[in-house]
Amino acid sequence: MRGGGPIGRPAKVPSSKPVRDQKMTGAQRIRVIRRLGGYMFRYKALFFVILALMVLANVLSLVGPKLSGHAIDAIEPGKGAVDFGTVTFYCALMLLFYILSAILSYINATLMIRLSQRITKTMREEVFSHLTKLPVSYFDKNQTGEIISHISYDIDTINASLSNDLLQIAASVIGVVGSLIMMLTISPLLLLVFCITVPMSLLFTRYRAKKVQPLFRRRSAMLGELNGYAEEMLSGQKTIKAYHREDVIVARFDRHNDNAVHAYYEADYEGCLIGPSVNFINNLSLSLISMFGAMLYMFGYIRLGNVSTFIQYSRRFSGPINEMANIISEMQSACAAAERVFRVLDEPEETPDVPGALSLEAARGDVLLDHVRFGYTEDRVILHDLSLAADAGKMIAIVGPTGAGKTTIINLLMRFYDPLSGTISVDGTPICSMTRDSLRRAYTMVLQDTWLFSGTIFDNIAYGREGATEEEVIAAAKAAKIHSFIEALPDGYQTVLSDDGINISKGQKQLLTVARAMLAKTSMLILDEATSNVDSRTEMRIGEAMRRLMQDRTCFVIAHRLSTVRNADCILVINGGNVTEMGTHDALMKNENGIYRGLFEAQFET
Amino acid sequence: MKTILFYVRPHLARMSGGLAIKFIGTITDLLLPYILAHIIDEIVPTKDILQTVLWGALMLVCSGVCMAGNVIANRMASAVARDAARAMRHDLFAHTMRLSCRQVDSYTVPSLESRLTTDTYHVHHMLGMMQRLGVRAPILLIGGILVTAYMEPVLTLIMVATLPLIVFTVLRVSMKGIPLYTKVQHAVDDMVRVVRENIQGVRVIKALSKTDYERRRYRAVNEALVSAETKASTVMARTNPMMNVFLNIGLTAVIFVGAIRVNAGLSQPGKIIAFISYFTLISNAMMSITRMFVMYSKGIASANRIGEILNTPDDLALMETEDQKNAPYLVFDGVSFSYNGKKNNLSRISFSAAEGETIGIIGATGSGKTTVLSLLMRFYDVNEGAVRIGGRDVRSMTAGELREKFGVALQNDFIYEDTIAENIRIGREISEDAIRRAAEDAQALSFIEMYEDGFDHMLNSKGTNLSGGQKQRLLIARALAASPEILVLDDSSSALDYKTDAALRRSLRTNRPETKATLIVAQRVSSVMHCDHILVIEEGEIIAAGDHEALLAECDVYREIADSQLGGMFA
Repeated sequence: MRGGGPIGRPAKVPSSKPVRDQKMTGAQRIRVIRRLGGYMFRYKALFFVILALMVLANVLSLVGPKLSGHAIDAIEPGKGAVDFGTVTFYCALMLLFYILSAILSYINATLMIRLSQRITKTMREEVFSHLTKLPVSYFDKNQTGEIISHISYDIDTINASLSNDLLQIAASVIGVVGSLIMMLTISPLLLLVFCITVPMSLLFTRYRAKKVQPLFRRRSAMLGELNGYAEEMLSGQKTIKAYHREDVIVARFDRHNDNAVHAYYEADYEGCLIGPSVNFINNLSLSLISMFGAMLYMFGYIRLGNVSTFIQYSRRFSGPINEMANIISEMQSACAAAERVFRVLDEPEETPDVPGALSLEAARGDVLLDHVRFGYTEDRVILHDLSLAADAGKMIAIVGPTGAGKTTIINLLMRFYDPLSGTISVDGTPICSMTRDSLRRAYTMVLQDTWLFSGTIFDNIAYGREGATEEEVIAAAKAAKIHSFIEALPDGYQTVLSDDGINISKGQKQLLTVARAMLAKTSMLILDEATSNVDSRTEMRIGEAMRRLMQDRTCFVIAHRLSTVRNADCILVINGGNVTEMGTHDALMKNENGIYRGLFEAQFET
Repeated sequence: MKTILFYVRPHLARMSGGLAIKFIGTITDLLLPYILAHIIDEIVPTKDILQTVLWGALMLVCSGVCMAGNVIANRMASAVARDAARAMRHDLFAHTMRLSCRQVDSYTVPSLESRLTTDTYHVHHMLGMMQRLGVRAPILLIGGILVTAYMEPVLTLIMVATLPLIVFTVLRVSMKGIPLYTKVQHAVDDMVRVVRENIQGVRVIKALSKTDYERRRYRAVNEALVSAETKASTVMARTNPMMNVFLNIGLTAVIFVGAIRVNAGLSQPGKIIAFISYFTLISNAMMSITRMFVMYSKGIASANRIGEILNTPDDLALMETEDQKNAPYLVFDGVSFSYNGKKNNLSRISFSAAEGETIGIIGATGSGKTTVLSLLMRFYDVNEGAVRIGGRDVRSMTAGELREKFGVALQNDFIYEDTIAENIRIGREISEDAIRRAAEDAQALSFIEMYEDGFDHMLNSKGTNLSGGQKQRLLIARALAASPEILVLDDSSSALDYKTDAALRRSLRTNRPETKATLIVAQRVSSVMHCDHILVIEEGEIIAAGDHEALLAECDVYREIADSQLGGMFA
């Protein structure tokens, strides 16, 4: 498995994922189709109701012409010979029947929409809830835009064909079988024509399908890449503007765009051959039947009327087969999309909690790291041998040069990643034998990368604890010194933060996340550069609140401002993957050549 | 609609060619039943085998022409759709990149993203399908009506009388459909937003064990989307049955009136029978026309969303202003600005810097420091006052002219999936040597060289394989690479340890004499204390300005900040 994480990861495979263009074997395709069928089967009641209605509609479609036939039969040629009673009767019946069948088909259409929407909804939910279970490394490795294209475009594509196509196939099977029987009763001899043309069209469709399938997969993949690129560039728009690189970026986008439209065209180019070709084969059989039928009649094997009836049935027979060709090409694009969706669903989740995992409740907060060795990949070890004891209520500061692996420790404490060897335990229990949920809930975390979602400010703060009251939220905001800012907004706490909280500065965002943390009542706290974007006066003003936040909790603090870590019970200096120094501020300052002292003094360097 | 026509127009010739070929293919397809009827009705009774075979062969030829015509026409249609979609997507993206920051804020990124992908996809799909289906149905419809009109004008009139009703229904439904599909696309935007937020905030969500909450949030937008889709499709599904009812009422009327006419000796039952078989043809044609309308509604809804962006006027137009002679290099002259037009975010900001000077901006979180930079680079326009560089108002410079002066490291800056070198270069023409030098000055060389592949090392999207400090140094290298006139560093060394930060400042001072002005926004006093001018900003106003010593002496706020950070050294 390739590693992931913020620091020192090996190069990622370049973006044009060639792996994904591998051929899909027949068995795989069947598996994809079967899995798709599984979704439909979940709504089997609805499915069968629709199927039944469809059959009914097909049968009814035979009644209409019959009625009009009766009406016309009553129209005797000649002046005044028409039986108006019968004509009126059948015309009225026709009207009634047509209105009925329209209602029926409307009901059927709505049911079909329901079915396909239900399937889409389930699929989207499954993909999303699977995403929530994936390890953090998945998101470090995959582009946001591509992930989004799975849940929007790919699922849409499946939806567009799935329910419609499967039902149509089901319905056309009825037509095919029925007309086959009819033809058999008329002239088995003439049926021989189909022995040539049916295998022909089957073989042809199969052959084309094989050729077209990878093209459809490419089409989906290219659109995904386009999405990924667009997302990436849109989020960096300010920088692109600042450097006036719009033209260059547009030119690069064009490459992705070309790939995407071209992949679409290629799939279309090959795919659009299927319909007319199958139609051709059908026309061929029609021609053959007329010729042979005519000859059979000439040699007296068959009556003329039978030839024309046979031809009518043969149309009914080949119609659905013709339709099938179209359906197949739609199904192919659905399969390609489904494959991509299933690949996400098959992405391994975070390794499940060990059986019988303990739930960490009311933790005291004794954290112990014992000979922990870790790297995002086996060959690039970042932490070599880290041991550390943080007793409940103590404050541990982690300092070290940029990129030394400080954030990695947080990743391990929260079990976003597991160590290669060594153990981490809380209250004496190794964290790998606890449920992840309970472990994570035992921590409160304020990160350098603030994260707010589009919603009201109130919701964003209350995110820290479910069911927090208004008073509690306001108290937290006051403590984080963000209350007056919020109050000054036109909508106050109900102000909706737009995407990425563009309207507010990074420092204000950080204060909001601090307020969020104030609400959470946990025994352990992680502050990773929690106030790096807050100016120091504000930091001082929230100092009291921060102290209260840290009180009686085991704290892990990463900070560059060494003034913040001076009061720590223990300062760890990390360098080159090892703890090189450890002790209180005063103790570390005594070491003349120590890294800590060097870092501290650099603050005043010019 | 206008949007689509605009992109289809250049391909009109090719499209007409394709449609003509399709026309031939369709006609031959329609000929087949007539030949068939001819064989059975005329040839077979004569028992002439040669004739039968000949006519049969003709059928084969027609089938061949039909197939070839359809394939060629379909492919041409695909090519037209491809080229139109490509041009549209290109323009859309180019236009999106040129939207002003204010416009991007109001459209939001997820919405722009889904317009670029799913909306253009819908239009692409529609263009292809319309061309494929757009020939056969009208031929059948018009041909059918013509033939019946020739046979029985009166009955045809009765049937045609239902057409206005049908046209009315189809139009009304698709008028209703377009806004509904627009709503669907909005709902898609919302869904994309939630997914996007979840991907970006995965650590926080997991840390707070908020997975269930997020699932509920997703379920809500998903449900909204599903119900919007259901509503739109259900409305569109009305067309088909309604049309059937109208057509069949027409048919019934035809039979009834036919009966009257036969009774009056004006017509024959045989004609009515023939009439009915053509009628099936016509109603089939109408069916596929409705299908096209569904596609059309969807496509138009998307095209309108695309058109909305394309028609967004440039809100940062060039202004004619008088250049000022002998002005300082960089001037903010009584600048006021508001993001939302209600409350001023900056009020009466005035300062200036001579060539070669550095300006430090310090102030509380949310005081408006970054806004000053945004106005300098003209991401937004000032509401009052003016910003001048070298005596020229920034509003009188083209974007290219203005922005090539800058090297910028922003707060929320972005790193994309490419090599380190390319992330520094971002598509500019910069020699490898200059890139290396920039990395060195930015103190980034040490970590870059730790990678085996050095500058060719691949970075992840958003730089997820870099630490915060590594990212910042890379961004500074990017800012320095083109040796800009003005260097803007917005809190871009906050994740650096002090030692690296000091080394960075030293090299900026000594190795970059070409810089005419440097603006540093920072939280740390140590980052700005050596600037020629330091501005202390509070709530959008400059409350004090001067150099370090002067401010320490005069400004309480500044002293307070310095004290808190530098451990009382200046107390």
